[in-house]
Amino acid sequence: MCFTQNFWSLLISGLANGFVYALIALGYTLVYGVLQLINFAHSEVFMSGGFAGLFLMDHLVGKGHVPSGLTSVGLVLAGTIVAALAGGLVAYILERVAYRPLRRRHAPQLAYLISAIGMSFFLFSLAGKEFGRDSASVPQTFTNGTVFHVFGAGVQTYYLLVAGAAIIMLVGLDRLIGATRLGQGIRAVAQDADTASLMGVNIDRIIALTFIVGGLLGGAAGFLFGIGNGVVYTMGFTPGIKAFTAAVLGGIGNVRGAVLGGLLLGVCENVPIGCVDTSWRDVIAFGILVLVLLVRPTGILGERLGRSA
Amino acid sequence: MSADALGAVGGRARLPGGLTRAYAIATGTDAKRLYSSLVLGLVLALMTGPAGSVTAPTSGIHHALLAPRVFGFLAFGLVVWLLLTFSGRVGPRLRGVRQRVAAPARAVTAHRTVRWSWYAVLLAALILVPRLLTGAYQQLLVDQIGIYVLLALGLNIVIGFAGLLDLGYIAFFAVGAYTTAYFTGSLPAKPPFEVTPFLCFPLGVLFAMLAGVILGAPTLRLRGDYLAIVTLGFGEIIYDVANNLKQTGGPQGVAKTVPHFVFGDYHWKLANLPYWYLLLGILVAVVIGVSRLENSRTGRAWTAIREDEVAAEASGIPALRYKVMAFAFGASTSGFAGVLFASKNGFFDPGVFTEQISILILVLVIFGGMGSIWGTIVGAAVLQFLPGYFRISGSSVFQPQDIYIYVGFLLIIMMIFRPQGLIPSRRRAREIGMAEAGIGSADALAAPGSAP
Repeated sequence: MCFTQNFWSLLISGLANGFVYALIALGYTLVYGVLQLINFAHSEVFMSGGFAGLFLMDHLVGKGHVPSGLTSVGLVLAGTIVAALAGGLVAYILERVAYRPLRRRHAPQLAYLISAIGMSFFLFSLAGKEFGRDSASVPQTFTNGTVFHVFGAGVQTYYLLVAGAAIIMLVGLDRLIGATRLGQGIRAVAQDADTASLMGVNIDRIIALTFIVGGLLGGAAGFLFGIGNGVVYTMGFTPGIKAFTAAVLGGIGNVRGAVLGGLLLGVCENVPIGCVDTSWRDVIAFGILVLVLLVRPTGILGERLGRSA
Repeated sequence: MSADALGAVGGRARLPGGLTRAYAIATGTDAKRLYSSLVLGLVLALMTGPAGSVTAPTSGIHHALLAPRVFGFLAFGLVVWLLLTFSGRVGPRLRGVRQRVAAPARAVTAHRTVRWSWYAVLLAALILVPRLLTGAYQQLLVDQIGIYVLLALGLNIVIGFAGLLDLGYIAFFAVGAYTTAYFTGSLPAKPPFEVTPFLCFPLGVLFAMLAGVILGAPTLRLRGDYLAIVTLGFGEIIYDVANNLKQTGGPQGVAKTVPHFVFGDYHWKLANLPYWYLLLGILVAVVIGVSRLENSRTGRAWTAIREDEVAAEASGIPALRYKVMAFAFGASTSGFAGVLFASKNGFFDPGVFTEQISILILVLVIFGGMGSIWGTIVGAAVLQFLPGYFRISGSSVFQPQDIYIYVGFLLIIMMIFRPQGLIPSRRRAREIGMAEAGIGSADALAAPGSAP
């Protein structure tokens, strides 16, 4: 009974969260595709996008006045782009500092995981030190009204914005992987790095670019998330694990699987909120993570970027 | 390769000779290392610099980098560069000297009497010295060093011996602590029978071990990096449950103080020394137990699984059972520490059991040297002592809330320069060396049969 209560509005907000998870999950999936490693520090890429967008909006938007019309569109676009660039930059630094030196030495896998964890802790604590430890809200860039109704549940501008931005980026990524030289390189490295390098693919360059592409999406997701939920130095942690869950749910290393997994997770963790308190949402999501890994660790659509993208 | 040779290979014949040379030097290995070292200096300047705020996000960076202090850090970077560049020339000679010194030293320490008298001196110092310390340092010794050394020793079994990356290790600590609070009647939920805190040791250890087996039995079938994520999720679930349930007191923590230990008529209260002696006894027992375990049949099975799980299975080692066993040993140590922590502090809330603490314990193990008992002890003691020392002495160099900046920094530096840790176990160091040469995997993380 409690499931039917607010079902549609919970479904809609769940889908909006799901799009954010999908954008982050793509970062995990891309890196996993080329390196077979979980990039633990990807949540900090997300956080840096959130901060970059926040600072830009603080700078551009005047106090006590909510922009409208084309100004709103321009502001959101600028924020998303700057956040994406910040995310890409942090992801690149991450690759250079925490991954490349270890790759040179053929370090054991544990070493990569640990240096990525170190990078994650370093980045978010440094952000806490430099930007303060309290949550800050992004200045309003548009009036968040209800646009239309679905079965009596209002669909707000914010949800449409998140969904629209995410869909554009997802389609763009799909084309990038499927139809460009870079995408071909990424797929080649994901299939067989050694052979790809024999065929003249510059592996270091492809790996760095893969990190950057994932970082662009993750940074943009950070801004979109920040508009709705505020920005704080620890903001990456929970969405990070959830996005990883989403990536695993859809099949890690699989680009379309990550999107599917993100949407599924967003809905699955949100709809039961009609029955239990909101604070249990994380428990539901992590419970799903544990269950998926136990029952079907290869995910819904199966692993590997090279074969299934 | 010399600068001239580089210039010739580069084929920049149109540039004048001087410029070619300059270009070759500026892009050579030594120069690149110099840039990295200088960046390292700048990062250190940023880390130790003043804090900023969200309204003035650049102020901290500004005061850290555009101030005279930055030259000190750049000079430090230069020193690092000199060390890195010239250690290649000095290193082999130093190693020769060390070998010449180490061989007779080892011959002496290998003597059983020498080794035992050294242990006796150490133990005597650990018994006597804390009596001379002030209260603040005694508390540091128990709360921050002793308990964390115990936790690190437990995690060392899981990650060092069996090669399993457990990122939710603090959850078992929480199980131990909440078991104590429950059975002493300190939680809102009342137990069927109340016991004295001492009796909570077997209960806490039992429940933590059960939690370890319940988590381990299904999840340890997974590959290493998946295991890391599952344990991370499990740790978060335990934290969220403790935080959300009314029965655990939620975010406010325990309802009334957990009673301190009572020994006959002697109430321990908040005194530090009795807890220290209890801890010391436990630590000695754990160290003896763990070092016996390391060379036992079980320990060798763990090593085999860590080095190559498929080969271990093929040789008739039931890998899953041994992995669950490692989990259970680690969890029970953690649970034990949890009981001690709950009774010593009297009060706690879920904030003690966050993910960050799990990572902190991981850092203690890695810093000292995974798989090395003495490395783990020394690493944990040093890393836990330093922030406490800065806090007690009121030094302004280091802000306690910044500790995770340094923790993260240290992890990266260790992984780049010394992945085997401060005092590595000889076997572990060799495994890492072999993995870097392309033989074996050095941990249970790699997919079965995957190329390194």
